[in-house]
Amino acid sequence: MEARLGIYLVRRFFLMVLTLFGISVLVFVMLRLVPGNIADIVFNAAGMIDVAEKAKLEKELGLDQPIVVQYAQWISGLAHGDLGYSYVSEKPALQEIAPRIPITAKLAGLALTFAVIFGVPLGVISAVRQNTALDYVLRVISLSGLSMPAFWLGLLILMGFVAYFGTIPIYTSPPKGFWNTYLLFSIPAAAVGFRSSALVMRLTRSSMLEVLRQDYIRTARAKGAPNQSVYYRHALRNAMLPVVTVIGIEAAFLMGGLIVTETVFNIPGVARFLVEAIRWRDYPIVQNLVMFIAVVAVSINFLIDLLYAVLDPRIRYAK
Amino acid sequence: MIAKLIANVALAVAVSTIAQADEPKHGGILHIYHRETPPSLSIHEEATFSVNVPAMGLFNNLVIYDQHKPQNSMSDIVPELATGWAWDSANTVLTFKLREGVTWHDGKPFTAKDVKCTFDLLQDKAQDKFRKNPRRDLFNNVSEVTTNGDFEVALHLKRPQPSLLAMIASGYTPMYPCHLTPAQMRTHPIGTGPYKFVEFKQNESIKLARNENYWKKGLPYLDGIEYTIISNRATAVLAFVAGKVDMTFPTEMTSALIQDIKQQDPTAICEIKPINVNTNLIVNRENPPFDNIELRKAMALALDRKAFIDIIFQGQADAGGTLLPPPEGVWGMPPEILKTVPGYGDVNKDREQARAIMVKLGYGANNPLKIKVSTRNLATYRDPAVVLIDQLKTIYIDAELDPVESSQWFAKIARNDYSVGLNLTGNGIDDPDQAFYENYACGSERNYTHYCNKELEALFDKQSVETDVEKRKKMVWDIDKKLQEDVARPILMHARSGTCWKPYVKNMTIMNNSAYNGYRYDDLWLDK
Repeated sequence: MEARLGIYLVRRFFLMVLTLFGISVLVFVMLRLVPGNIADIVFNAAGMIDVAEKAKLEKELGLDQPIVVQYAQWISGLAHGDLGYSYVSEKPALQEIAPRIPITAKLAGLALTFAVIFGVPLGVISAVRQNTALDYVLRVISLSGLSMPAFWLGLLILMGFVAYFGTIPIYTSPPKGFWNTYLLFSIPAAAVGFRSSALVMRLTRSSMLEVLRQDYIRTARAKGAPNQSVYYRHALRNAMLPVVTVIGIEAAFLMGGLIVTETVFNIPGVARFLVEAIRWRDYPIVQNLVMFIAVVAVSINFLIDLLYAVLDPRIRYAK
Repeated sequence: MIAKLIANVALAVAVSTIAQADEPKHGGILHIYHRETPPSLSIHEEATFSVNVPAMGLFNNLVIYDQHKPQNSMSDIVPELATGWAWDSANTVLTFKLREGVTWHDGKPFTAKDVKCTFDLLQDKAQDKFRKNPRRDLFNNVSEVTTNGDFEVALHLKRPQPSLLAMIASGYTPMYPCHLTPAQMRTHPIGTGPYKFVEFKQNESIKLARNENYWKKGLPYLDGIEYTIISNRATAVLAFVAGKVDMTFPTEMTSALIQDIKQQDPTAICEIKPINVNTNLIVNRENPPFDNIELRKAMALALDRKAFIDIIFQGQADAGGTLLPPPEGVWGMPPEILKTVPGYGDVNKDREQARAIMVKLGYGANNPLKIKVSTRNLATYRDPAVVLIDQLKTIYIDAELDPVESSQWFAKIARNDYSVGLNLTGNGIDDPDQAFYENYACGSERNYTHYCNKELEALFDKQSVETDVEKRKKMVWDIDKKLQEDVARPILMHARSGTCWKPYVKNMTIMNNSAYNGYRYDDLWLDK
């Protein structure tokens, strides 16, 4: 069994590397298919186009090289830990990207925690109390969580804070201390987590309902197992497989997809920086940041696959 | 007697209290929100006041527009790094005496060599060059810059040009140090200004700290200025109302937003002023059928400027020619002249005339001219373009909006790859030379419509050398009127925009006729 697990891990690892290679090619090519490059935008911002100066800038940034050469230079740099220079700030790309990752990681981590600690238990309650008043209330809340646009909810929260507390929970400077940091991030995290928890709750509910109708649940009840044991030991563990998958997808999404929340709460995280870099066609930032997000997504997927094996013995023993 | 004494004491106490209240206080950080991450803080290489606002405090000019006179005019230019200036008798040599004892933020002394280096950079004569040099053409008339010792510098002109002083007084013309390269100035700017550069984090903030060795003794009052970058305007407005920032980004508030702010914070001080940015119609005169002046005239006659102003700016904009209209603008055509320009009178009559022209050209209700109106895919461009399309329908032109990806806009125009477009033009200074040469001179990079009238260009030169302001104004009005009659680039409106600040921010002056020149902030103080 251990040998099989070893082979599985090695196979998954190579698949990860292959996926990342594919993403790197895709990102690199797609970025260059978008009209305009940094030189266009630099001159556009000045309301003029000086063809000679533009060509000079393109040469200075290596944009005049064939695309294959540019790709090889990037990959070779990556392999040596050199992420290149941001075209806009003219600082090392790593120096620009690195400080933003913990900011988004904290926000994403808190949002995910919010989603799990509310989504899973409420999903279970909703399933075991199917078609009761409580179930209806929880379903309405979860539906509103899914249908409320993030920017609207975010602005509503900000307006509420300004109107009732005379303050605004936005990021204007790095918070000092553990509690200040988590207090500042908890409000946008709740706004994001509300949507994620609604998704997790609905999935937990439907998955639980399906499992609760299985023969082995009936058997457990027939054997006199108490409700708590049936719900949490027998049913929930088996119902968690799709939920874990969705949590994994959400975790990967949250690392790079929080543009609206970061914008509304003015958080200088990865997503806002990425959008800004795309606007400026700051290739070194975009390429490396997308690769970082891809590595996170692929790694989380890998971990989820491993978690499947823990949760479901059939996967563990399968050839 | 006693009652009189008590009254006198009370009066003295009251006067002293008022005096104390008006006495500038040292200290405090001024917090302003910034609307976006500026491309860099190197003023010379950029062309947006997103750079001037945070960066002007880092630098000084030779001369500057008086920072507390709202209207920028030649008579309000005051010395800064220069202690004074003088023209020679032929008005072709402008000599500046420089201030002694001024140091750059890194401690090196400021001398005449730095002034020469700055002009060498601006004229592409230096060894290290700017990545881009958007205002190179402004100094075409400067043939040479010479120094006489460390504290005198002279600009030699090819011909007299009184406006040169206005260009040097603009927020766009700070002095740069000789000992740093343009690349260094982009990443860590060093100036002689009231504030030193501390840090610039993309998407986050720009921090400036008090320059302890500022040459104006006792200034600045503030310990520093922090610009928090808040790109979402709704969040920014709420941050201002909640007191997280002391001031909005200058000239960023619409009248609707100001109403909203005043409702939530009645103590806020808000001003709406012209920003010398005009919205204009560009027609590619080289592409048929637009090579026909009659068709272009018909298009100009179809414009209802009041409708543009009411729809886009809720009435907070002005109709005018190329130069910003008075009273805020110094050089714009007065109303009595403006109304004599075709297209500025009775809209219904003008449209009747336009339709007659279109019929003569073979177009009509059943045979409209089908065109595309290209514009930058940004709301400030798109919205007036939609109004324009609606107005063109009244003269049998069936137009379709062609939104162009923002980064491609100027490249597209430079390629002449458009027929009709809508553009925005910002003027750094309220000055005829800048407006005429930059936008209408034959071969100018920013002359997007390739309008070229050699006779009129001779008049550009003629007004440019004129030293009598009143005489020059009349020449400018004639030129401006001719530009509108020639449909060189019909001006749809001049925008107005607002700024708000908290009442404890003292000594704030918002300029009336430029959004680029009033951000030195060396004598701002906080009364809290």
